[in-house]
Amino acid sequence: MIMLQTEALAKSFTLHLQGGVAIPVLRDVSLTLCAGECVALAGPSGAGKSTLMRCLYGNYGADAGRILLRHGGALVDIAQADARLMREVRRDTLGYVSQFLRVIPRVATLDIVAEPMRARGVPADEARARAAALLTRLNMPPALHGLPPATFSGGEQQRVNLARGFAAGHPVLLLDEPTASLDTGNADVVIALIAEARAAGCAIIGIFHDVAVRDRVADRLFQVQPVYEPA
Amino acid sequence: MIDGYNFGYLDEATKRMIRRALLKAVCIPGHQVPFGAREMPLPYGWGTGGIQVTASVLGPDDGLKVIDQGADDTTNAVSIRHFFGRVAGVATTESTPEATIIQTRHRIPETPLREGQILVYQVPMPEPLFKLEPRVAETTRLHGLAEYGLMQVKLYEDIARQGEVATSYNHPVMVNHRYLMSPSPIPAFDNPKMHMNAGLQLFGAGREKRIYAVPPYTHVQSLDFEDHPFKPVRAPYACAICGSEESYLDEVITDDQGGRMHVCSDTDYCASRPPV
Amino acid sequence: MNALLEATGLHLRFGAVRALDDVAVSIWPGEVVAIVGESGSGKSSLLRVLAGMQRAHAGRVLYRDAAGATHGILDASDAALRRLMRSDWGFVHQNARDALRMEVSAGGNVGERLMAAGQRHYGNIREVAAHWLERVEMDPARIDETPKNFSGGMQQRLQIARTLVTNPRLVFMDEPTGGLDVSVQARLLDLIRGLVADLGLAVLLVTHDIAAARLLAHRIMVMRHGQVVEEGLTDRVLDDPRHPYTQLLVSSVLAA
Repeated sequence: MIMLQTEALAKSFTLHLQGGVAIPVLRDVSLTLCAGECVALAGPSGAGKSTLMRCLYGNYGADAGRILLRHGGALVDIAQADARLMREVRRDTLGYVSQFLRVIPRVATLDIVAEPMRARGVPADEARARAAALLTRLNMPPALHGLPPATFSGGEQQRVNLARGFAAGHPVLLLDEPTASLDTGNADVVIALIAEARAAGCAIIGIFHDVAVRDRVADRLFQVQPVYEPA
Repeated sequence: MIDGYNFGYLDEATKRMIRRALLKAVCIPGHQVPFGAREMPLPYGWGTGGIQVTASVLGPDDGLKVIDQGADDTTNAVSIRHFFGRVAGVATTESTPEATIIQTRHRIPETPLREGQILVYQVPMPEPLFKLEPRVAETTRLHGLAEYGLMQVKLYEDIARQGEVATSYNHPVMVNHRYLMSPSPIPAFDNPKMHMNAGLQLFGAGREKRIYAVPPYTHVQSLDFEDHPFKPVRAPYACAICGSEESYLDEVITDDQGGRMHVCSDTDYCASRPPV
Repeated sequence: MNALLEATGLHLRFGAVRALDDVAVSIWPGEVVAIVGESGSGKSSLLRVLAGMQRAHAGRVLYRDAAGATHGILDASDAALRRLMRSDWGFVHQNARDALRMEVSAGGNVGERLMAAGQRHYGNIREVAAHWLERVEMDPARIDETPKNFSGGMQQRLQIARTLVTNPRLVFMDEPTGGLDVSVQARLLDLIRGLVADLGLAVLLVTHDIAAARLLAHRIMVMRHGQVVEEGLTDRVLDDPRHPYTQLLVSSVLAA
């Protein structure tokens, strides 16, 4: 079943502060993603892989084309979604694990991970329990669960980010360099998490810098062609 | 009656103006009505408002009683009573049941009023919210919108600081379930007498130029909390002269050894009872 | 679901200056909308018009209460507006001293809106006040102290407690962290974030602090010279600003 499909998606950036120079990044991107699949975005650095992912999440605004997402049983063009619909989509259907955890001061790790579940109505105790289990699986000991992640290492912060992304159980998941700051042991945990999510019907798009990891998790590659040609 | 002055000192046009204000006040119990207070032959702060109200409702057949802190024989009561004797020629009395108009400074007589009697209060500051909100524009709005939370806050503060409400006199009342009113600086003990009173209660503030009224049989309730209800307080003694254990008492220092006695504040009430 | 507050076609001029130039804004229950812009952008005027504190020269503002009834705000009577502000709405001022009674105890300040709404049980009022002091991370033992002796951050937290005690559905906030020390700001923002999430409040937040907007708001509106130049999901507007002014604003923010 198709969970996500883009049609002629295009995105460019106009830098008004630099004299209005326009930088095209994506042109005519048509991608299809089915339930249970894991598609890896491939292409050279700067080709627009992260940009594409951010467009899918609504973090960047697409200039043209459609992004059809199966939300609430029907395919919805989220490129045209207003802010309220996008919030709902992100709450219920579309998850995103960015490359870096955005740190909010004073909130405990456990609550950061539990938050997407709480937003979907999961009771606090249950959400925290699932969060704790996932964090432990990612080799984050319980001693850290009550601490805000501001002082954690990059790898630890990324594991918090991953736990948050996988805990809620979104049907469609976007993963941007999920194993970038992890050692082999933790990378293996992530690979297992991806496999379990897929087995549960989750559709995943990922950017994997590590080719070995990519080959273990991805069904197929989607090539993102760079649009911008250096002078 | 003295020559060269109109009956009751004020000219008829002024009395008419004051009566209009009084009528309006009676129609809106507890609401302060501005009026054009006149220059009176005594300074502000000495009862000019009360005198102007009395002068406007006084007729040749009335019997006038004037009391000051409950007494007929203190300086101010005597002066004002003589004043009306000279400018109106009306009968004056010290007897509460016999009077038709009673002008009072800071007390309500112990003897209940009957229908047809008028009680005229002298009021220094008509605005009950003045100490909490000095801006007239704002208090006008608060009264208009019946927003009296501020006064309740003041009572809350009293309880928080002292364990009980601190206002021993001039305790604010809600009149006719609508307007917050200052009863004038009568002791809190007197507040319950205002409720469902058979007489007409008129209030005059000369310096502030405001008139207000409580018509007969009007609901008047002292502000309080459910769990800190209003309690009238009096000194726990019997009057040394008449033995009353119900009237409001004055404490009189009798010598320089700390000797004291407690006697009724209301002189007429005390005098009308057999002495102990 | 219907919008809580819907404003369209708002115009406001001060002489030749267009404070609001055809502005529209809506807010839904449980949503935080930040209105950002620099001085003179019109953001504070917009907030004041929406809260009924200032009449616009043209336009419409509709508020939908819990029962579903709509109230027109621009031509509402003083009495109706004050009723709304006492029950359904709250307003957090930039300067806590504008909202607090400095001579009244913390408990009296928090309890005032309850007393204004007709509550008459001293013990209950005190209990609710103490509860809210704890909610804003103040020591409930200070319930009888006056805010004269409180720090700026504490005064602001007291103002928040005083505002939220009547469980408003919509809270207007005008630069709630303005003028406070940075560490105090961070704590206050986090407090607001938590309360908004716990209570499902709708908040219209005016701020010039983009980082605060990112932290608190679901949606953001960027204003300049009385116009809304860009609006949308907070992360979209801040990470992919389209309008030249938004790009300027975002690039001007210093990251620590």
